[in-house]
Amino acid sequence: MLRRSLLALAACLLSLCGRAAPVPDTLAQRALACTGCHGKEGRAAPDGYYPRLAGKPAGYLYNQLLNFRDGRRDYGLMSELIAPLSDAYLKELAGHFASLDLPYAPPQPPALPAPELARAEKLVRSGDAARKLPACTACHGERLTGTQPGVPGLLGLSRDYLNGQLGAWRSGQRQAQAPDCMATIAKALTGAEINALTHYLAGRPLPADPHAAAALPGPAPMRCGGLQP
Amino acid sequence: MMRRLLIGLTALAALAALPLALLAWQRNLSDTTPPPAAPVSLTRGAYLAAVGNCAGCHTARGGARLAGGRPIPTPFGTVFSSNLTPHATGLAGWSADDFWRALHFGQSRDGRLLLPAHPVTNTTLVTREDADSLHAWLQAQPAVDAPRRAHELRGFYGSQLAIAAWRALYFKPGVYRPDPARDTAWNRGAYLAQGLTHCSACHAGRGALGGDQGPADFRGGLLAGLGWTAPSLLDPLEAGVQRWPDATLQLWLRDGQAGAHAAQGPMAEVVLGSTAALNDADLAAMSAYLRTLPEQAVARPEPAKADLRRRERGAGLYRDHCAACHGEQGEGRLDDSGNPAYPPLAGSRLVTQASPTNLIRVIERGGFAPATAGHPRPYGMPPFAGVLDAADMAALASHLRQSLGHAAGDVDTVEVLRLKAAAAVH
Repeated sequence: MLRRSLLALAACLLSLCGRAAPVPDTLAQRALACTGCHGKEGRAAPDGYYPRLAGKPAGYLYNQLLNFRDGRRDYGLMSELIAPLSDAYLKELAGHFASLDLPYAPPQPPALPAPELARAEKLVRSGDAARKLPACTACHGERLTGTQPGVPGLLGLSRDYLNGQLGAWRSGQRQAQAPDCMATIAKALTGAEINALTHYLAGRPLPADPHAAAALPGPAPMRCGGLQP
Repeated sequence: MMRRLLIGLTALAALAALPLALLAWQRNLSDTTPPPAAPVSLTRGAYLAAVGNCAGCHTARGGARLAGGRPIPTPFGTVFSSNLTPHATGLAGWSADDFWRALHFGQSRDGRLLLPAHPVTNTTLVTREDADSLHAWLQAQPAVDAPRRAHELRGFYGSQLAIAAWRALYFKPGVYRPDPARDTAWNRGAYLAQGLTHCSACHAGRGALGGDQGPADFRGGLLAGLGWTAPSLLDPLEAGVQRWPDATLQLWLRDGQAGAHAAQGPMAEVVLGSTAALNDADLAAMSAYLRTLPEQAVARPEPAKADLRRRERGAGLYRDHCAACHGEQGEGRLDDSGNPAYPPLAGSRLVTQASPTNLIRVIERGGFAPATAGHPRPYGMPPFAGVLDAADMAALASHLRQSLGHAAGDVDTVEVLRLKAAAAVH
């Protein structure tokens, strides 16, 4: 008993009691408020609902923070959490997650017949000119890993998340600064096409170089509000 | 027979005339305000609009500044704020006299009585020269086309008669009268806190009809539809600052954080939209006033029945989810630059306030202190809504309120569910 008390006293004197050890004064420490939902270091939550943040282009992440704060995207917990933060701080937090270079989880094997996956691949690579649908690759990059500074990659995301976002664009639940080109595209796609696309995208492994491309592969096929400088 | 009929008819007529008389009375209040003592100043108007946080209610999320449209939840339904910009859908063509009537008498240009969601018991205290400067500044803002959305109030709550009745009970027009027993700074603080910054709009203790005991009613109460409680400013165990050092309060009002004290939720919004803009003299004045408010303890409701197993479960949850940041003993943590990162929970008023509303709210939805010029990179807490259910939150709250030297009373699951339901009322 006495021994335990003495040990406790010694620990106290070594300041193990009273205040706990200080935390590092870093953005990573501050970002722990985000990773509670978005998974360790922003690698996505295991349930697939909260997407990966790590390694997404900084401009894209920053735009999404503004969209949540200003009501163009609607998720109460997220909007409320960042409501009291300044543009400058949100930009710093976006930059923090963008700078993380972390391995990706393995893809989800697609459960669709090959012809449907082939149709999805054709949409991804070539779009459908007759319906004014651009190829995904025209903005999201030949490798589908996104383009700097504002277009996110489409790989390394769960099928549930991809379905959720395309559905939210169709219903108007998710919006971007006008003109909202992804809303136009999502509304032009059929339900079957979205299903095939998300099976295809969630089923593809990341390429050897998983980083976002430096720039769009060519002239942008549409004008997108979120990409204006 | 004839005589009785006559009496009956007269009584009926009097009864029918009463509402009309009530309306006529409230719409034609006489004005005894002294004329403006200073010329109009746009700089002053801009400052007063910032400090008064007009844009806080009169701007929709992501919408044009001051163009209105923000939903304001009240116990009587949802009110939508109006457009204050000089557009035909807003205040275009409003004279200084029209604007004065709105602030001082809570009346629109056409004579209609404004809903008390516009804090008329506070704005009536504003002087004529301040009102005129505010008016001039608002009229100089860009005009935005934004028609007002119709209010969504239940029953007769939005009717002119209901407003007139409410005003007869709770509203007395009149500019702030300085207390001669107090100095200039104190009176300036009282003028701001009771008037333009309308602290009592949230911090009043409201009755069932939404009435308060005047612009210095700071008894605190639940903010229906917001899911927060505005704690009493009269009780030092709630949010009273009577025992705070002057410098701490001034820093807190300006930066939203002073030492371990951080503004949370709606108050973080108030710091960003209002008190961060206070100049040094007004910060000092506000502090002088708030620190001398009379002390009055709030009534503490009977807590849930003590349940040792629930508290034990809470202690386990604390170790798993909270201790890493807030410390094993709730002592809080600094960062390695010496700034407070995670506040101590031992001795925290947010933990021990009479109502567990804010504690539950923060556990459920996390939060950041406001990012202000003086405190630009606050640390934050993640939401635990997806991790802890109502029974977990009750357990954790009970543990926190009954350990760490606290004896604030247990919280049961029903209480957590009740608070969550109150937060959803619109």
